Amino acid sequence: MTAAAVRRWVAPVLLGVVALLLWQAFVVGAGIKPYLLPSPTAIVEQLVLVLPLVWSAALATGMNVLVGLVVGSVVAIGAAIVAARSRMADTLLSPTAAALSVMPIVALAPALNTMFGTTSTTPRRLVVSVVVFAPVFVNMLRGLRQVQPVHRDLLKAYAATPRQITRTVTIPGALPYLFTGLRIASSTAVIAAIVAEYFGGLQNGLGSRITSAASNSAYARAWAFVLGAILLGLVFYLATLALERAVARRQGG
Amino acid sequence: MTNAVEARGVGKVFSSRSGEVSALEGIDLHVAAGEFVSLIGPSGCGKSTLLRLIADLDTPTTGELTVFGKTPQQAREAQDYGIAFQQAGLLPWRTVTANVELPLELHGVGKGERAVRAKELLSLVGLDEFAGHFPHQLSGGMQQRVAIARSLAERPSLLLMDEPFGALDEMTRERMQTELVRICAESGAAVVFVTHSIPEAVFLSQRVVVMSPRPGRISAVVPITLGDVRGEGLREDASFFAAVTAVREALHGTPVTARGVDLR
Repeated sequence: MTAAAVRRWVAPVLLGVVALLLWQAFVVGAGIKPYLLPSPTAIVEQLVLVLPLVWSAALATGMNVLVGLVVGSVVAIGAAIVAARSRMADTLLSPTAAALSVMPIVALAPALNTMFGTTSTTPRRLVVSVVVFAPVFVNMLRGLRQVQPVHRDLLKAYAATPRQITRTVTIPGALPYLFTGLRIASSTAVIAAIVAEYFGGLQNGLGSRITSAASNSAYARAWAFVLGAILLGLVFYLATLALERAVARRQGG
Repeated sequence: MTNAVEARGVGKVFSSRSGEVSALEGIDLHVAAGEFVSLIGPSGCGKSTLLRLIADLDTPTTGELTVFGKTPQQAREAQDYGIAFQQAGLLPWRTVTANVELPLELHGVGKGERAVRAKELLSLVGLDEFAGHFPHQLSGGMQQRVAIARSLAERPSLLLMDEPFGALDEMTRERMQTELVRICAESGAAVVFVTHSIPEAVFLSQRVVVMSPRPGRISAVVPITLGDVRGEGLREDASFFAAVTAVREALHGTPVTARGVDLR
């Protein structure tokens, strides 16, 4: 590891450790009650105890996020391609995307639970898809509109078909924008999936575990699941970042 | 043999919100097969517009324009011409080789054949070692050479070039001009070359078409009789300077007669 890389990692890790130490000292020193704020050691104790449960809950939530993210992104990318090619489709789709982006998931989740029944994962995956749609659609569409005039002239000179233009120029040029959208979407997708679990239904996800632990006054355990949720969010964020880097490298970026 | 380009009374009017702008008026021009013709003139004289009309990137408002006896659209669809712009216009996500192969790929040429042709073209422009590089790893001059290789990919019998060396420094520019003369001699293609550099037009062309603005017209055609072999030495030859003077005076509207030039 180079000196620069060490510096990049050491500083934030150090800050985290210091914060944890302060937290521990504060809880123990001031005698804070566990239901107000459990100490880091108590949380880790619980985490070790319920680790298999955190793992399976994270897997269940992660699966919902993944399916929702893929479905939402694929639909959004398709819609953006259509909107970029036809003005009429654009006037239809852009307001829809705006409407979806302001739709409150707290309102949507209970309604979908009723629609699909409480034993189905579909409502959660749908909530995630809805949340993912808007950022991916908006960014992808912006990217698709970035075609340089010189490239447009060139492809016309080659008598390229609309399909060839989309494949060789428009989509590769839009990829950096798509990844910006995906990066925003991946973090909000994890939040949406967990929030959707707060509204009943299956009890297998991180959100369900957090609410049930809290309602049983098992605060340290609730925090252990919160820790799992943070890690899950990081996994998705880093995964999209890695994907973005890999594509950029293939494109010579 | 049919002329590469034949224009009779070609005009172009752009209509915008603020009214109609006449970019070109009454253009009569022919470019013979294998002939190198430069279009020169101040900004706004319509030289790029004329090139775009020939390339069928715009359509003329009046007059008749044919490319190898066909309409510009037919010629474009038949891929009769290759084109290069002031910006290299390479696709940044493709390697040098993949950029050169682009037109071949779009027209369904097989993988093996594409690779062979790309290799040929890259050695023609002296970039064999950079085949796997991405455009951003190359200098402006090298990018422009890739663009020229790309424009030659389908062995066009007409090359349309819109200030391809406009963004390059003087030294690179002169080297590129020498290379272009060589490449054109090898390929036998006719060239319509837009520039606003007088020495460049003289060095490259068999005829220099001088244009004037508002509305864009052809004000003079200067034949350059410097022979077919044009090496670096020519740049310091008296006949070259005489031709440069002739074009300059045609641009400013004063007729001259000098050695190596016969003005019509």
